Amino acid sequence: MTRTLFFLPFVAALTLAVLPVKAETKADIAAKNKILLIGNGTEPQNLDPQVIKGVPEHHLIMALMEGLVTNNISDQSIEDPGLADRWEHNADASEWTFHIRDNARWSNGDPVKASDFVFSYQRMLSPGLAADYADMLFIIKGAREFYEGKTTDFSTVGVKAIDDHTLKITLVGPTPFFLSMLLHTSWYPVHPATILKFGKIDDRVSLWTKPENYVGTGPFKLKEWKPNEVITVERNPNYWDAANVKLNGIEFYPIEDQNTEERAFRAGQLHKTNEVPLDKIPAYRRDNPSLIRIDPYFGTYFYRYNVTTPALKDPRVRQALTLAIDRESIVENVTRAGQKPATGFTPEGMGGYKTPELVEYDPDKARELMKEAGYPDGKGFPKLDILINTSEQHRTIAEAVQDMWKQELGINVGIRNEEWKVYLDSQTNLKYTISRSAWIGDYLDPITFLSMWITNGGNNNTGWSNAEFDALIGEANRTGDEAKRNEVLQKAETILLNEAPFGVVYWYTRFYLLSPHVVNWNPLILDNHNYKYIDLK
Amino acid sequence: MLKFIFHRLLQLVPVLVVVITVTFLMAKKAPGGPFSAERKASPQVIERQNAYYGYDKPLPVQYFRYLANLAKGQLGPSTTYPTETVNQVIARSFPVSLQVGTLAMAIALAFGVPAGVLAAVRKNTLLDYLPMSFAMSGICLPTFVMGPVLAIIFGLWLHWGNVAGIDQAENTWLPPIFLPALTLGLFYGAYVARLTRGGMLEVLTQDFIRTAQAKGVNSLRIILKHTLKGGLMPVVSFLGPAFAGLISGSFVVEKVFNLPGLGKEFIKAAFNRDYSLILGTVVFYAVLIVVFNLLVDVIHALLDPRIRH
Repeated sequence: MTRTLFFLPFVAALTLAVLPVKAETKADIAAKNKILLIGNGTEPQNLDPQVIKGVPEHHLIMALMEGLVTNNISDQSIEDPGLADRWEHNADASEWTFHIRDNARWSNGDPVKASDFVFSYQRMLSPGLAADYADMLFIIKGAREFYEGKTTDFSTVGVKAIDDHTLKITLVGPTPFFLSMLLHTSWYPVHPATILKFGKIDDRVSLWTKPENYVGTGPFKLKEWKPNEVITVERNPNYWDAANVKLNGIEFYPIEDQNTEERAFRAGQLHKTNEVPLDKIPAYRRDNPSLIRIDPYFGTYFYRYNVTTPALKDPRVRQALTLAIDRESIVENVTRAGQKPATGFTPEGMGGYKTPELVEYDPDKARELMKEAGYPDGKGFPKLDILINTSEQHRTIAEAVQDMWKQELGINVGIRNEEWKVYLDSQTNLKYTISRSAWIGDYLDPITFLSMWITNGGNNNTGWSNAEFDALIGEANRTGDEAKRNEVLQKAETILLNEAPFGVVYWYTRFYLLSPHVVNWNPLILDNHNYKYIDLK
Repeated sequence: MLKFIFHRLLQLVPVLVVVITVTFLMAKKAPGGPFSAERKASPQVIERQNAYYGYDKPLPVQYFRYLANLAKGQLGPSTTYPTETVNQVIARSFPVSLQVGTLAMAIALAFGVPAGVLAAVRKNTLLDYLPMSFAMSGICLPTFVMGPVLAIIFGLWLHWGNVAGIDQAENTWLPPIFLPALTLGLFYGAYVARLTRGGMLEVLTQDFIRTAQAKGVNSLRIILKHTLKGGLMPVVSFLGPAFAGLISGSFVVEKVFNLPGLGKEFIKAAFNRDYSLILGTVVFYAVLIVVFNLLVDVIHALLDPRIRH
């Protein structure tokens, strides 16, 4: 009897523990405390807005920093006033004056001054900083010359602080889309005194980004950075619009494994995931459509053709390959995450510009072109390889394309799989014939998709070159009138699509899981969310 | 004994030199570099970034500079974590892997040794077949299957513990390192069980055991006092490298449970071409292996008087 009594509490405890109790999860509690829990992909390398280059870093900077203008709550083609409360430009949009608001403050309380921007742009353009995105600033007059060391006098560069609150920026030419560029982190200011406290102006590696040193301008400030664990930001009381910030803080979790992230979401450890495992998307769309979000994203998935390959020299062959890809079938049966079959290179979603929509699926025309090029029914066509980096999805898509080309054109292509860095190396050095590629736009303008194709452009990587195309891009850069400029760019894209140094596949979507706790998380084509609007219920 | 240990430690030096040289050459000869990316920076930018880390110098210069720094205990800067040195990366991630690995080893021994002993003593009965088939399935089930299964059962269904991360989630009570350790522990425990069984069987058939039995010694005493000491020899040999492997982190388990451990850094460094971090983690692992093998030899010598001579 005593024995039974002795065991009773243990049995009771065990039963209680085994029964799944519907207790409040971490996410429920965090929602009450207004702390947003986000899955953020990989561990960020750096939090210096001028040095970063990755997407996870970008997401963090959106909380910690703000530029002259800032992201709108629901429409990425509208720029909200940020540190500048108003601005004006001359007739052809080549000279801009920004008025920095009186209550703009750094997170340490210092006022944000126009001279801070001059310092920041000098830093960004310092050769020693070796910023990956330094070329974003080359549209400032004299910036390229300074960067290339033709002068060391920064006063020759078109950035001037007229007074503490007035910043004047002179550009090399008309730039009607300048505001959309300003949303990019490379245009955000850094705090001069803090930079100089921890090193020289052009020190690439600096301890100023440690939580105890970090000074920013964003709605949140850096509280804690535990590498590979979590980055915590908390409300910044010195932010000019602090009264309208709804959250008390955000925790960014670097979770690389999509399946782990999905489990963490289901277990109530996250409010929002970075991605969803591809094989789980159909089930979520069917059973839990309210939890999954699929938004258009400003990116294109395509196959580069190495035009220096003898067989791919002929534009007819390249066109034929492109025409024989059944994009509809790929997005329906392979990728299955709401991607749109691409009809051009520049994705949809930009206000004024529309891609010429020249890409279609037409196997008959493709066969005809192959015949004209001297490969009737694929006879005599050499065996080419599709280069992919290691990923199940890239392989499945490549297999689908391989099959389509075999069926429709009678040609055999292989699939060559390489590890990421080897793949990048092969692509750069044209050590491939066909290569899986992707491009994500940096800001909302077609030029971010088209300028990469100019002769010897750093990201061209196909060997393709066309003087007329180059001239049109040059003309667009000199045209201030938006409608006219769009027309010129459309002409350029038409050449590009007819010449086909690549075959497009689809336009990206972003897919993620979002908890019903989260309010105001709207679809944004660049996926740059202004966290001051986000709320939890 | 001390002389023996000293000799073995001296051997560490040539081992390390070979390991470093081979790793250095392989890392440097691999295509691609630490600064390549999908959106390629201009060649000047890449050049300057290489120059910043001294990667523009001739290979022999880089090699000897690395050795010189290593002699001072400096493992160099990391390009994956620009604000940290490799020493700092290892210092923050090793403790996590050490905890998980130690707990995993404890679990492996707690499961494996009794199961192996039981199976050996009750050879060819249900008590042999049952634990051994369990062990076999433990070996066959890789950690990337076992990890998610445990995460789903204990994390998603029962809400006992975290499914991801090292921070204890609210309303859970299992320590966050427990499920990762259990995943590894079951896997290694299966090996331990099989090795224990084999070792025990070998000893149990020997004459001195039969003598003990004939003298009427209590069978529990025979197992604990006479058999186990010899029977565990194969386990001890296995434990050295296994323990070094466990505490230096498991990439798979750290990925499945999203732990900030050393195993993840090891693999990521190779993918990112983070030269110093590759070398640093490899050197660290090599030292662990050598030290644990040495420990194994010492334990062997203590358990088996024949080795001492």
